[in-house]
Amino acid sequence: MTRTMYEKIWDANLVHEPEAGSPLLFVDRHLMHEVTSPQAFEGLRLQNRKVRNVHSILGTIDHCVPTKDRFNIVDVIAKKQVETMTANCEENDINLYGMDSKQNGVIHIVVPEHGFVHPGMVVCCGDSHTATHGAFGALAFGIGTSEVEHVMATQTLQQKKAKTMLVKVEGKLPAFSTAKDIALAIIAKTGTAGGTGYVMEFAGNTITDLTMEGRMTLCNMAIEAGARAGLVAPDQVTFDYLEGKEFAPKGEDWPVAVEYWKSLVSDQGAEFDAVIELKAEDIAPQVSWGTSPEQVISVTGVVPSPSDFTNEVKSQACANALKYMALDAGQKITDIHIDVVFIGSCTNGRIEDFRAAAELLKGKKVAAGVQAFAVPGSFPVKVQAEKEGLDKIFLDAGWEWRDPGCSMCLAMNGDELEDGQRSASTSNRNFEGRQGKGGRTHLVSPAMAAAASVAGHFVDIRDWK
Amino acid sequence: MQPYIKHTSIAALMDRSNVDTDQIIPKNFMKKVERTGFGINLFHNWRYLADNITPNPEFELNKPAFKGAKILVAGENFGCGSSREHAPWAIADYGFNTVISTSFADIFYSNCFKNSILPIIVTDEQLAALMAEISANEGVEFTVDLEAQKVTTPGGLSISFEVDAFRKESLLDGLDDIAWTLKHEEQISAYENAQKKRLPWLWPSA
Repeated sequence: MTRTMYEKIWDANLVHEPEAGSPLLFVDRHLMHEVTSPQAFEGLRLQNRKVRNVHSILGTIDHCVPTKDRFNIVDVIAKKQVETMTANCEENDINLYGMDSKQNGVIHIVVPEHGFVHPGMVVCCGDSHTATHGAFGALAFGIGTSEVEHVMATQTLQQKKAKTMLVKVEGKLPAFSTAKDIALAIIAKTGTAGGTGYVMEFAGNTITDLTMEGRMTLCNMAIEAGARAGLVAPDQVTFDYLEGKEFAPKGEDWPVAVEYWKSLVSDQGAEFDAVIELKAEDIAPQVSWGTSPEQVISVTGVVPSPSDFTNEVKSQACANALKYMALDAGQKITDIHIDVVFIGSCTNGRIEDFRAAAELLKGKKVAAGVQAFAVPGSFPVKVQAEKEGLDKIFLDAGWEWRDPGCSMCLAMNGDELEDGQRSASTSNRNFEGRQGKGGRTHLVSPAMAAAASVAGHFVDIRDWK
Repeated sequence: MQPYIKHTSIAALMDRSNVDTDQIIPKNFMKKVERTGFGINLFHNWRYLADNITPNPEFELNKPAFKGAKILVAGENFGCGSSREHAPWAIADYGFNTVISTSFADIFYSNCFKNSILPIIVTDEQLAALMAEISANEGVEFTVDLEAQKVTTPGGLSISFEVDAFRKESLLDGLDDIAWTLKHEEQISAYENAQKKRLPWLWPSA
């Protein structure tokens, strides 16, 4: 019988399927940060339970970290979260890339840098953007804090099998369109609930042409389509990325591992519960206009009107979004002026994101009245960018070049929009208040964000000088 | 965990779709290392005026008729966004133990069951009927019977709903998930031992 990659990973990780109760799925890797773990450690302590497999866990501190003067955490409760995380990891002997580590950064950026996730693994974290690691052909998904505790105590999760969706993208992307634009275009098509109950497998030659960084950006946003996880089949690009990394198999294990990983790809003719297809040629640079990641349109488009939607709920959502975003139906996307530009986050905080932005910023200056800041996803990304001189390009253009952290993706660390301010942001969510109460977020790729910082409004980077 | 008992309670109406976890509990209120005390900031940005203290009279849950409500009736795709369990913690801490909608985001749905909250999925027509009954009679009380998998209303609606048998049992009994899983310790150990042979590089060298 043919099986999809998801079904193969499920079968390989199924510990037990009792007649009454829930199937138990084995968790190979458990990622951790300071916001969603303290209550789980507390739960273990209260029940006198131990962490089962310490080696399966890797932790960072990222959500609350200031990107300027990083050790000076003014917010006392944030400071307590950081201290609690550090103490919990020490007490349990957990590998933590903490505040003073040269490896510190956003969890979903740091983990791949060390080769900690491999194809075929089940990976979880108290964070919805765990979906990122599906780029490696790992089944990676976010869990709540009770489940964080459950994984620490049992190394398993009670799971129900998901349905499978094949998302096929074929063809050559237009100039300047990126994995971010593919992700936004997919969500615009499926809606934010379109993937609910599914694991999405991204396939087609547009996807296999992506770098690992691009695949991570794409899978990162699978959750914004409502999917439990996103997957890309492992191939030579994956193997080349992993080879030689700290936690990758070594020596005689390497060829055995690669053979195993190759066996995980979906069988020819395997059936998916749903299939959607996109043509890469149709994916121009995208800009979100509303307060949900499905409210997205090409840069060449105009802000829609509630009457453009036949679905009553979507029509009402459009009306609400226009009000919150202070936009008019019919307004050209390129006429939307912005106040703040943010490049960073687990979606777009990798080296190639800063390269793409720097390419557009060379010799240019930020528009008057616009604040722009770049937040590398990790110290290794920052160091690499500085080695390539990218920091200088950003600084010369009038950008701030900050230290790593989640920063204004979710604005827990003090980096936030003021009421009414409008951002061009390379992050993943444009929910009301996500980047600060009353703040208005437009999701874009790094290149689109860079160009907007110079023009002061969105531009079609394909014909922008 | 608290067992979920059949109850008759006020149903509050929130006629909005895609209510995301950033609205349920904005991130500035997640900076706690405890599981309690989140209720006061449930729906903070909608619920309070600019001074962050005065209740916003326009916000539906601030209506006196909905005071003490245990049942929340809301539009599709409730709980989308982040995995933060702070969202169900806030909902439970505020006093809700039931959320009725046409669909829920996966992680939120699963998180509810860990916190004695019953998420009930109904059809579009059923949701419209429930919403209409609340609108016509704010403060109306619905009865939720998990054992019978049924929601009944004074207006005569009787709606059956589906729920996974194991999750139902866990809610009714207030079961500890981890204790249940640890009953399968033997199978977990056997799996680990087999994996050490099959994929030895995933394990620390002895």
